[in-house]
Amino acid sequence: MTLDELQPGVCCTMKDMTADGALGQRLMDLGFCPGALIEIVRNAPLIDPVELHLDGYHVSIRHNEAKHIEVEA
Amino acid sequence: MSPRNLLVALAGQPNCGKSTVFNMLTGARQHVANYPGVTVEKKTGFFDLDDTHVELVDLPGTYSLTSYSLEERVARDFLLGDLPSVVIDVADGANLKRNLYLTLQLLEMEVPTVLNLNMMDVVERRGQRVDVAKLQEILGTPVVPTKAKKGEGKEALKAAVKSLVGKAHGPVYKIDYGQLEDHISELEAVLVEDPVLSVQYPVRWFAIKLLEGDAGVTELLTGTHLDAQKVFDRVESCRQRFHKEEGHACERHIAFTRHGSCAKIIRETVTFPEEKRRNLSDRADRYVCNRLLGPLILIAILFVLYEISIVFGNWLALQIWPLWGALESFAGDVLPQAGFLNDPILRSLGLWVVKSITAILNYLPIFFLLFSLIAVLEDSGYMPRMAFILDRLFRRFGLHGQSTLPMILGGVYVGGCAIPGVMATKAIPDERARLATIMIVPMMNCLAKVPLYLILIGAYFSDVAGSTMFFIATVTLFMALPVAKILSITVLKKRPSAPFIMEMPPYHVPTISGVLRRAIERVWLFMKKIVTVVAAVAVVVFVLINYPGLTDSRKAHYEDMQDAAVAAFMADVGRTGFKDEIGSEDVLPIILFGEAIRDAKRAVTDQDRAALIDAEFQEENPAYYAVARRVGKDGKALNKSLKKVIRVRKQIRREARAERFETSFLGTMGRALEPVTQWAGFNWRINIALLSAFAAKENSAATLGSIYGIDGSDQSVQESMKAGEGGFTPLHALALMLFMALYPPCVPASIMVRSQSNSTKWMLFSIGYQTLLGLFVASLVFTGGTVLGLTGVQAMWGFYALCVATTLIMAMIPTPEEKEAVVASNITQVNTIALKEE
Repeated sequence: MTLDELQPGVCCTMKDMTADGALGQRLMDLGFCPGALIEIVRNAPLIDPVELHLDGYHVSIRHNEAKHIEVEA
Repeated sequence: MSPRNLLVALAGQPNCGKSTVFNMLTGARQHVANYPGVTVEKKTGFFDLDDTHVELVDLPGTYSLTSYSLEERVARDFLLGDLPSVVIDVADGANLKRNLYLTLQLLEMEVPTVLNLNMMDVVERRGQRVDVAKLQEILGTPVVPTKAKKGEGKEALKAAVKSLVGKAHGPVYKIDYGQLEDHISELEAVLVEDPVLSVQYPVRWFAIKLLEGDAGVTELLTGTHLDAQKVFDRVESCRQRFHKEEGHACERHIAFTRHGSCAKIIRETVTFPEEKRRNLSDRADRYVCNRLLGPLILIAILFVLYEISIVFGNWLALQIWPLWGALESFAGDVLPQAGFLNDPILRSLGLWVVKSITAILNYLPIFFLLFSLIAVLEDSGYMPRMAFILDRLFRRFGLHGQSTLPMILGGVYVGGCAIPGVMATKAIPDERARLATIMIVPMMNCLAKVPLYLILIGAYFSDVAGSTMFFIATVTLFMALPVAKILSITVLKKRPSAPFIMEMPPYHVPTISGVLRRAIERVWLFMKKIVTVVAAVAVVVFVLINYPGLTDSRKAHYEDMQDAAVAAFMADVGRTGFKDEIGSEDVLPIILFGEAIRDAKRAVTDQDRAALIDAEFQEENPAYYAVARRVGKDGKALNKSLKKVIRVRKQIRREARAERFETSFLGTMGRALEPVTQWAGFNWRINIALLSAFAAKENSAATLGSIYGIDGSDQSVQESMKAGEGGFTPLHALALMLFMALYPPCVPASIMVRSQSNSTKWMLFSIGYQTLLGLFVASLVFTGGTVLGLTGVQAMWGFYALCVATTLIMAMIPTPEEKEAVVASNITQVNTIALKEE
């Protein structure tokens, strides 16, 4: 399943990533790598983007980008 | 021996407290510029290390050192090209795992690195422990903990820098890339053969970057290597073999291995507290980013920002105005004296330039408050929250969550300024959205557009003034949003659009010194840029509105008027006791003498002080004084006569100026434009006012004032405009207001557009499309309204409805990304279906 399908409050583990190029690089730079523990914290008031908790810090990404991250709840 | 001048770079990820460390090391000794050729800010500071003078360069904050973003490229090019002796890598001690990712890349580049664990106070508060000695041992490079906010650790950091200078580098931590190592060695062997490249760049790093498929390094190779194609072939073969063996791409393997290494180091050196606590930031975000409260808090913050910077700032500007006024009168004193009819060119040009500059300086308090408040928002960590809340909304129009601030500064309601607005677009990471924002910020209602609105509303909409103000204040947003959307799906379509990935750092309480420093820095940078440009433009505009000047016959006509006035005065002089003391050549000096007394006594409320001034002037020239201040019977009589001369002088100066104006280059242009602008209802007088507004928008009101000849009379501009333009209807005024709303950026703002978009083409585009759009809208409203027989108010609300409707329609059109996403999901669907069928 992909990260954008999960609801706020859920924790998951990252499995793989289907993005490359700038998006892939950016995600990897911020610590998205297999085995990383990701918590979905909250959606923005207008649903998009979504705030995640990862490795002790918070990062927000759009659902469109979250679609590229494969996770396991 | 250590070198006497040392270049040290400061690297670090965003939100690691890098600027605090920078300020701690350098104090006030710093200056800001741009990196050559790009809009990335380059901050340089200085400090001393015993007898060595150290130049500290603040690199842009980056998570990594790839070549996907401009900041990363700039940072990397500096490390490779300028060869700093030492790099201080600032890391957020509380987020060490992520921060190490950059550290390992720096070590890989073989630059002498000091790892600075900053924010140790936060680390302690959270109950974490970092084994600094162990970390230092693993990395093979000095590790220095600091609490930069409290100024702790400064000396240790300097000592560590010193320990690295001039010493042979020991073995540092090397990432083991496992299965990729063979390929790395294979490429290293090829690269080492090149005599230039292997000396200039670390070979292992180069090989890894090539395997990563890094665009910047690929370029480097093409530029330096004699047989680049051979190397590329080898790289390609390595990448393909690796992909085949391991099943995924090299770059992914490299990044994942780096993260693995970071995690491993953290396991060995950091101990986390047992229980996980929700920190304060998390709890605050529950409200700040809440679905209902979030937007409300945002509006409240924007309201406060507006109130303080614009409303209070305006008040403050008024208080400070005497200072700029004094500057103007000082210039008036220094420059050559005024003439009766014409002033010497040096005087009129000098005063013109000074006035243009003071008009901009007048905004200084507003800018200072704005920049301070922005620094507070930035330092506190609220900015990313703002973007988080609004991104979805703005996305629909091709903008970005971070476009909010530039638009607020530009004046979403009424009374901003495009210059700081355009300046603030710097923070937007998405190139397409950034340019779209730059293009629409000048369409907001800046402070300088307001005088014209007020004149027109006063003259033509006085019965519905409140709602008209509301109309013009809000309609701009409904014009700007569709325009942003249109631009982003047309001319900006090809521009790279970055993914929205944004860190939400914990909240910090901003420090006063940090905020002030930032505000002063930006104000100073702004001043340097703007004041020089404004001065240059002022000269050009001066020439345009004063030349070719009056014809000889008109000059003679005005001189005759002057002579007649002087002769009448002299006849009166002949009947008084002053007939031997005052000649016709004294007339102008007496007038100026009177003005000088008035100027000297301006703002003097103390009676004794005023008497003293009077005494001084009387001593200087008793005869002049008697006439100017009505002393004695003769003085009184002559003063009356003098007043007539002064009135005539004012009148002929005004008439001559208006005439010069009409026949000037700008005036000719105004007439030439009439065939085009008639559809918008503008005659040549309005055209001149609009043309002169290009230098600064306040000019529109000032120019109308001088066209309708208000100076010296008690009529307000709106009254004299109404009297001067008998045929004008509210429809004319509405078209004019809308044109002003869409008016192209003024000259200083255009310069800012140029510097932020880094291209003259975008500046010209910005000027061009807004002029055309403005003309189109004004013509639509005027001609359309006339044809349909609408009143001004009907046309106003009809247009409003049209704009809101366009905004809604524009919101429906999918952005290029959404189109791609739809295509992508269709493909996945097709694939899944295909898979199922198999």
